[in-house]
Amino acid sequence: MAGLELLSDQGFRIDGRRPHELRKIQCRLGVFNQADGSAYIEQGNTKVLAAVYGPHEIRGSRSKVLHDKVLVNCQYSMATFSTGERKRRPRGDRKSQEMTMHLQQTFDAAIQTSLYPRSQIDIFVEVLQSDGGNYCASVNASTLALIDAGIALRDYVCACSSSFVNDTPLTDINYLEESSGSPEIIAATLPKSEQIVFLEMNGRLHEDNLSRVTDMAVKGCKDIHDILDQVVRDHVSEVSTVHGWEN
Amino acid sequence: MLTSKTFVKKTKRGRIIKIVREHYLRDDITCGSESCQICDPFDFGQPLVAEPENKSRLCLTPHYIIPDTNVVLHQMDVMEDSSVQNVVILQTVLDEVRHRSSPGYKRLKSMLANPSKHFFTFCNEFNKNTYVERQKGESSNDRNDRAIREATSWYQDHLRSEGQSDLIIDVVLLTNDADNRRKAIQQGLKAFTVHEYVKSLENCGHLVDLLSQSQMSVHSQDRLMFPEHLPLSEIQRGIKAGRYFQGSFMASRENYLEANVSVHNKDEMVFIQGHMNQNRAVHSDVVAIEMLPEEEWSCPSSMVLEESSEKIVEDSMETEDEAIKRKKIPKELRQPTGRIVGIIKRNWRQYCGILRPSAVKEGTRHIVVPAEKKIPKIRIETRQAADLITQRIVVAIDNWPRNSRYPQGHFVRKLGNIGDKDTENEVLLLEHDVPHSNFSEAVLACLPKLPWIITDEDYKRRRDLRHIDICSVDPPGCTDIDDALHCRELENGNLEIGVHIADVSHFIRPGTAIDKEAAERGTTVYLTDRRIDMVPELLSSNLCSLRSNVERFAFSILWEMTHDADVVGTSFTKSVIKSKAAFTYAEAQMKIDDTAQNDSLTRSLRHLNRLAKILKQRRVDAGALTLASPEIRFHIDSETHEPIDVQAKQIMETNSMVEEFMLLANVASAKKTLEEFPDCACLRRHPAPPPSNFEPVIKAALSKGFNIDVSKGKALADSLQSAVVPSDPYFNTMLRIMTTRCMMQAVYFCSGMIPETEYFHYGLAAGIYTHFTSPIRRFSDIIVHRLLAVCIGADASYPSLTEKHKTQVVCNNLNYRHKMAQYAGRASVNLHTHIFFKNRTTNEEGYVLFVRQNALQVLIPKYGLEGTLYLSDGKTKSKPRFTYNEEANTQTCGSVTFHVFDQVIIELSIDQSNVQHLKLCLKLVKPEIPGFSVPAHSSEDSEPPKKKQKKGQTKK
Ligand SMILES: [Zn+2]
Repeated sequence: MAGLELLSDQGFRIDGRRPHELRKIQCRLGVFNQADGSAYIEQGNTKVLAAVYGPHEIRGSRSKVLHDKVLVNCQYSMATFSTGERKRRPRGDRKSQEMTMHLQQTFDAAIQTSLYPRSQIDIFVEVLQSDGGNYCASVNASTLALIDAGIALRDYVCACSSSFVNDTPLTDINYLEESSGSPEIIAATLPKSEQIVFLEMNGRLHEDNLSRVTDMAVKGCKDIHDILDQVVRDHVSEVSTVHGWEN
Repeated sequence: MLTSKTFVKKTKRGRIIKIVREHYLRDDITCGSESCQICDPFDFGQPLVAEPENKSRLCLTPHYIIPDTNVVLHQMDVMEDSSVQNVVILQTVLDEVRHRSSPGYKRLKSMLANPSKHFFTFCNEFNKNTYVERQKGESSNDRNDRAIREATSWYQDHLRSEGQSDLIIDVVLLTNDADNRRKAIQQGLKAFTVHEYVKSLENCGHLVDLLSQSQMSVHSQDRLMFPEHLPLSEIQRGIKAGRYFQGSFMASRENYLEANVSVHNKDEMVFIQGHMNQNRAVHSDVVAIEMLPEEEWSCPSSMVLEESSEKIVEDSMETEDEAIKRKKIPKELRQPTGRIVGIIKRNWRQYCGILRPSAVKEGTRHIVVPAEKKIPKIRIETRQAADLITQRIVVAIDNWPRNSRYPQGHFVRKLGNIGDKDTENEVLLLEHDVPHSNFSEAVLACLPKLPWIITDEDYKRRRDLRHIDICSVDPPGCTDIDDALHCRELENGNLEIGVHIADVSHFIRPGTAIDKEAAERGTTVYLTDRRIDMVPELLSSNLCSLRSNVERFAFSILWEMTHDADVVGTSFTKSVIKSKAAFTYAEAQMKIDDTAQNDSLTRSLRHLNRLAKILKQRRVDAGALTLASPEIRFHIDSETHEPIDVQAKQIMETNSMVEEFMLLANVASAKKTLEEFPDCACLRRHPAPPPSNFEPVIKAALSKGFNIDVSKGKALADSLQSAVVPSDPYFNTMLRIMTTRCMMQAVYFCSGMIPETEYFHYGLAAGIYTHFTSPIRRFSDIIVHRLLAVCIGADASYPSLTEKHKTQVVCNNLNYRHKMAQYAGRASVNLHTHIFFKNRTTNEEGYVLFVRQNALQVLIPKYGLEGTLYLSDGKTKSKPRFTYNEEANTQTCGSVTFHVFDQVIIELSIDQSNVQHLKLCLKLVKPEIPGFSVPAHSSEDSEPPKKKQKKGQTKK
């Protein structure tokens, strides 16, 4: 039967968005008390919880100590109920490990690591519900949790994916678009300086289109940044009102 | 701006899982009306005009039309009529059409893109005002109907709401679903059936004929004739359980009571016989079948049986089915036989045909006899019968109820008078799905401006080969010359061979309108008196054609070879050439043979000819097959455009010379592109035929005492080579003709899609092969040119060039188009044969090619023609009885026995009893069989048929 039409002639995607539109983002900071920082984000139906501990002394083997910078330790996992089909997801399966490594690389680049030598920062990410863009939501949630924990960052790290269908770049792709076989670019950027700290590509994309699709992802990161920034500002003003700091 | 809404959907994928998808509802979706003052300006599609002129007695105010899904699907011909304008296609409808019929969707999309139709897509599913959620217990059909009503209601309010201009525009919902209509009227909407609405239109009488007859009352005997079709769900269960099989239905061209179903994922065919077992399946439908118990298995009757088109009273279907059953089929001949239990997908298209005169003069119900014999007759309703009776017409099938012998359909359009050559050509092109309309403005806009000048920039980018003595060798009258050759002696004693191919990819840039059109057409189609170009004439016959004495762009392959044809080096380059002469095969042959000539071109041709012979011998040694298929050439009168003479094509040495170098160039390009693009090269393969295909050849050769070894290509080539009867020089050719028929189709494919072991080209005995040498007339060659240009850095790549799935999709279309072009070409030859022999009766020498149960297939070498000599018509008892010996493959009558390869003398004439299918009529002259053969024709010359001979025709 007829396959999916990812982009209609009228310019709408399957879920009714236009190519450049993000999914709806909702997020909160400080959702746990035990952690030093935490955040919860919903990007469409992808829902992610992030908790940050640290900076604190290195736990476990002393050999891991880095003398000039902080050790960033990430752990990524998906809840058993996070996808349509319930399956056991043992911690540390290959996919999670890869994701963990990617997160680690991303935040190594974004945290001002030299400020916290010989210590450790733990970032725990749990995907509660998955509908595409797991990495992006994880990065965005972690950023918020790090901000909540008061850890010095070079800038927000925002991540966004993009794809390419019918000669048109699409931003922030959902599971259906992700699994359609069209190419996917995932970028994490420091929006203010427009530096790309992480870039991944899946599927085949012709060289001629690479910059257009990457630009779409970078633009998405910027849009996400504006939303996150607003949330952070609201959160800070709310917290400061509670504490009576407002002048 | 984004309102998020989540809905839950259950789908089956092995097990039931819950799928949650987001669905964003928006407030920025426009209604598409030009008069609207409220909505944002639209950014896509064709707007609905501000003052629609739909004049209906049912709705006097100007209005837009909103059809529901079934109306769009079933009344496509009405929708396509130019008088139907200003139609809102709801997204709900568009989606449903897309899921239910892909050709329907394609047609709908082209209507939406047509600027004069004013069809607008309204995205009601994304609009927050018109989106409806499926309620508990509501079927998805009911939900969609509700969504359609909701959208109609929104339009009604929106177009009348405050702020809109004074002119009130209404909307009219068209639905044939009574329940939907009732609910809509309750809601205060204007809703009608299509039939009511169309009949209420002013000046739209012709639209009424176009209406699909979904509710036409059926002919007098209102009893159920056919078994019921199973519902789809039951079919699916049955297929899963292995009770039923899915396959495509292929009706027999020769016998309307017989068909085969090629079961998916199975090699063998399942045989279907009789009306009830066929159960209303039409050729190319996807069907579900059930196997019959083995004792009921049957086999093709090897009888040629045509449903008479003149007979008004036909045998009842039961009688015909009974007649089949009574025949006892010996066990060893039985084939797996089945019956149709249900239809999975109808693949109906529009069919060309003619109206059969109705018994009742003033009646409106008529029978249409399709031109394609695989298609059953179609019942239509029309008021213009008197007009249509002399015409070729196009009709569509709408449905086939259980109580009707024939499917029901409706008239679509007329093509012209029966027998007019133009009309017949049109039929031929339509029936073979050959796109042949004039090139659109958008395509013509892609052509270079004249005068076309080669700039200095061009010279810089290309190798200048203008000084070399290049020439082309083609059939006479060829204007689309896509290859030219040269050969010159190098200083080191070796030879330089150049094959220069028209650089079409220079003019046809990827992604342009002309590129898309060429990809869609796939190939130039050669009819006997007409050529349907793949690219506009300016390119095909002028700028790309490598004519003599003009500078042209070429893609050249240059080889350095020793005098023994060993390749020392190969190079590819884009070039500028200036051909010195455009020879015909005969002219080139004469130059080679004429010892007096010794100019550079002649020397060049002699070298080429000599090298070609060495190359050919090498291929033959490697197991390449030399096959034969009779080809025919007509000499067409330049004024009347009637064929005045007909001959079998002459094959000369020079044909083989050009062919050899084209093969060399094709293989070289295949190797080069595959090396650079292992995943996305466009290649051509020719699978080895299954050994069972060769049975008729083996049997036939054995009757003359020859063993044909088909185990390997090489063995086959050798055994064909040695099968020579000195007294009968034509025997070997016939054997080769028969072998050609056993072959599989060669196909284009994308290298990344199949394992490397299957790249092989059987016929040419080549490891890999492609088409590079005819880019003017084949799109595959254009792709190969582009790939090759990227390989040598002469041109930039583009995205879809390196996507193997896209390339494969292109290849699939090319394969289809090539097959169709071949069939169309053959049909055109038939058409001209019929015109040529219409007023002639001649005696010719022929050979028996196949022996069938009631006929002999006879080949007439003089014309390269093949015809059927009927021995009995199956029904009336002809006087001399022939006895068919299935084992020995012979027909015997008295002292005369016909074997395969036997020589006969045949009288050729045209049977004009069926205007739609003129038939070549063969009658036996020699050997004489009293009461069957006809006397020898006095003179060989053509002359109008005499009365006396006419009589002879009825003797059968
Ligand atoms: Zn409007």
